[in-house]
Amino acid sequence: MTARISYDDVEVGTELPAAEFPVTRDTLVRYAGASGDFNPIHWNEKFAKEVGLPDVIAHGMFTMAEAVRVVTDWTGDPGAVVEYGVRFTKPVVVPNDEKGAVIEVTGKVAAKLDDEARTVRVDLVATSDGQKVLGMSRAVVRLA
Amino acid sequence: MALDQSFVGRTYPATAPYEVGREKIREFAEAIGDANPAYTDPAAARALGYPDVIAPPTFVFAVTFKAAGEVIQDPQLGLDYSRVVHGDQRFAYTRPVRAGDRLTVTSTIEKIKSMAGSDFLTIRGEVHDERGEHVVTAHTMLVARAAEEA
Repeated sequence: MTARISYDDVEVGTELPAAEFPVTRDTLVRYAGASGDFNPIHWNEKFAKEVGLPDVIAHGMFTMAEAVRVVTDWTGDPGAVVEYGVRFTKPVVVPNDEKGAVIEVTGKVAAKLDDEARTVRVDLVATSDGQKVLGMSRAVVRLA
Repeated sequence: MALDQSFVGRTYPATAPYEVGREKIREFAEAIGDANPAYTDPAAARALGYPDVIAPPTFVFAVTFKAAGEVIQDPQLGLDYSRVVHGDQRFAYTRPVRAGDRLTVTSTIEKIKSMAGSDFLTIRGEVHDERGEHVVTAHTMLVARAAEEA
């Protein structure tokens, strides 16, 4: 376990490099296959609208997977993540066009938790179409 | 209808082992568009100190959620799955999941809350490897929305 960011080099407020993750219908079909989540609200527009959604929506777990990439891209070592949690507050609506949707993620160090374990808490903010799509999105990461 | 509080603490039998394959991890990493070599290149994973490729942090959800099906479909609990949405999700890792792991999941009903006709059910899935060592615990909160007034 060798995160490339040193605990001593970060402080509360340190910002992680932000990232944007595009999502199209194609992305959702691939994610359905890889994750085994074939709920039709993630690929069938007719079904999604029948159950009261504005359109097909992304898997919440897909959004969760993308958001933590800001952390794993920063540390280099995905195994440095010791805790990760989110609340699903709003769906990411994915229209059936070439553009689809974009998930924008920012993160910053919110607390230095343990000088010995060298763990920090990173708070993430994920938005799509100007709406916050995750709440309480936090990761605890062990740094070098 | 509110879920029965007496189910809190109920633990379901451990699942049969799920064997984590390199190609399944690769497929998942590609599906989330993540090119981190630790997911696909055993040498890169070894350089980070792991014996084989590791899985992205949320990969294990597919395994724990399948195990949670025992709870969700427990006829005694009586959850109306057609009204269920995923409320929140948390993972606490002892180590990352890796290729070659044979994972078993033990699901426990951690919490039941009822508010304004909606039920909030938290299921804890404890994941162990073939040596019985802890890998990760998943906490999954599901919301069964209140049935609409007829």
